Amino acid sequence: MSTFDYKRPATIGEVVKLLDEYKTSAKLLLGGTDLNLMLTEDIIKADIVIDIKNIEGLDVLQIKDSNLIIGAGVTFSQIVDSPLMKEKFPVIWESSRTVASMGLRNRATITGNICSAVPSADSAPALLNRDAAVVAISSQGKREIPIEDFFTGPRKTSLLDNEMVMSIKVPEIHGKFGGSYIKMGRYRGEDLAQVGVATLATEDLNYKISYCAVGPRPLRVKEVEALLNGKEFQGELNQELKDIILRTVSPISDIRASKEYREKMCLVLLERSLKASLSRMKNGEPQYGKELL
Amino acid sequence: MKKEIIFKLNDEMVSVTVDSDELLLDVLRDKFGLKSPKRSCGRGECGACSVLLNGKSVRSCIIFAVEVAGQEIITFEGLQKEGMTDLQKSFLEHNSFQCGFCTSGVTITATEFLQKNPKPTVKEIKEALAGNLCRCTGYSSIVDAIYDYTKKKGE
Repeated sequence: MSTFDYKRPATIGEVVKLLDEYKTSAKLLLGGTDLNLMLTEDIIKADIVIDIKNIEGLDVLQIKDSNLIIGAGVTFSQIVDSPLMKEKFPVIWESSRTVASMGLRNRATITGNICSAVPSADSAPALLNRDAAVVAISSQGKREIPIEDFFTGPRKTSLLDNEMVMSIKVPEIHGKFGGSYIKMGRYRGEDLAQVGVATLATEDLNYKISYCAVGPRPLRVKEVEALLNGKEFQGELNQELKDIILRTVSPISDIRASKEYREKMCLVLLERSLKASLSRMKNGEPQYGKELL
Repeated sequence: MKKEIIFKLNDEMVSVTVDSDELLLDVLRDKFGLKSPKRSCGRGECGACSVLLNGKSVRSCIIFAVEVAGQEIITFEGLQKEGMTDLQKSFLEHNSFQCGFCTSGVTITATEFLQKNPKPTVKEIKEALAGNLCRCTGYSSIVDAIYDYTKKKGE
């Protein structure tokens, strides 16, 4: 006797109807790399699993009206294999390459990654820096949630019980920019981040800085951005900036690293990431995907 | 809840009745007798249970069998239907494996990877295999065999 019922509706209309009916006892399934494991290991319970793989159009990955639309069905492999992503959204591309391994990236979706909302979500810092929005739908209609308001805590999002994410929307940047994502793990193979940092630098010297794995949720550090804006980053953070960062992040000690080590690495990796982003903005070097650690 | 599913398995249409929480890995092993996908970590991390789903390597231990209705699955048994592949022969020549538990997963992953990237660098091979754990060999004999195979094929 199985523990849940399984449905694979063909339309979003049917999905939102089921969500209205079952609310928290329904779970939406796409790649299942997180969900199926949690169901199998009895970490979560569901009365019904709603598989949305049959819904047409969820694998869309294209620019529409100056916004990139990443459909809820787009896998990390699709992003890694996309020339459009490499060219125009290189940090989302770069961070997608660091997610788990090929066998998981073939199945795991970037939408699932942010909906799981683990503090170490690799895709989050790049999406935060690009001011992405999460497009959610329910029987009440559609709404857009700025990615900064989306993560509310470990494994918690601002998505309502009866909502489904349809896509992630990322505005295009017109003009020159450079960015980078540095993920530090315990070894080079598949691992969760001990610290992850993404930065972005535009031609007019505006910076974006976001972290993952160093707090209860992925976060942006706007205070530091504001102090750096307009200036050429010289390669080292001054004491004021370091203090702000250490005040903003709140890492824990766990099996992957100690709190103290993570704090130190927040500073080191940020310097390296900013340097790489600035250099990529100017001359495209080091190439995206190159090891920056 | 019992469901009947139909899917393509190693080039044949098959149908089977499964519970909605039954894992693809268990269905392949216990209902179809295909023992090449191994249960090892059971959490999608080690790659021993890899199969091809519509040509892409996936972890059968974290996929419910109901999800593959209407899809195409190829296991290691399916890869070598016509006898040993050249890639397998290269593994054999290089004495790539010892206990054999990771063999089918590595072969599945390498098969997909080489279709996408027929002339990889050693670094790219290592990256592609990062999700397939082997506790016997230290990987060099596996990587060598794949690299050697691509070189010979290019000649």
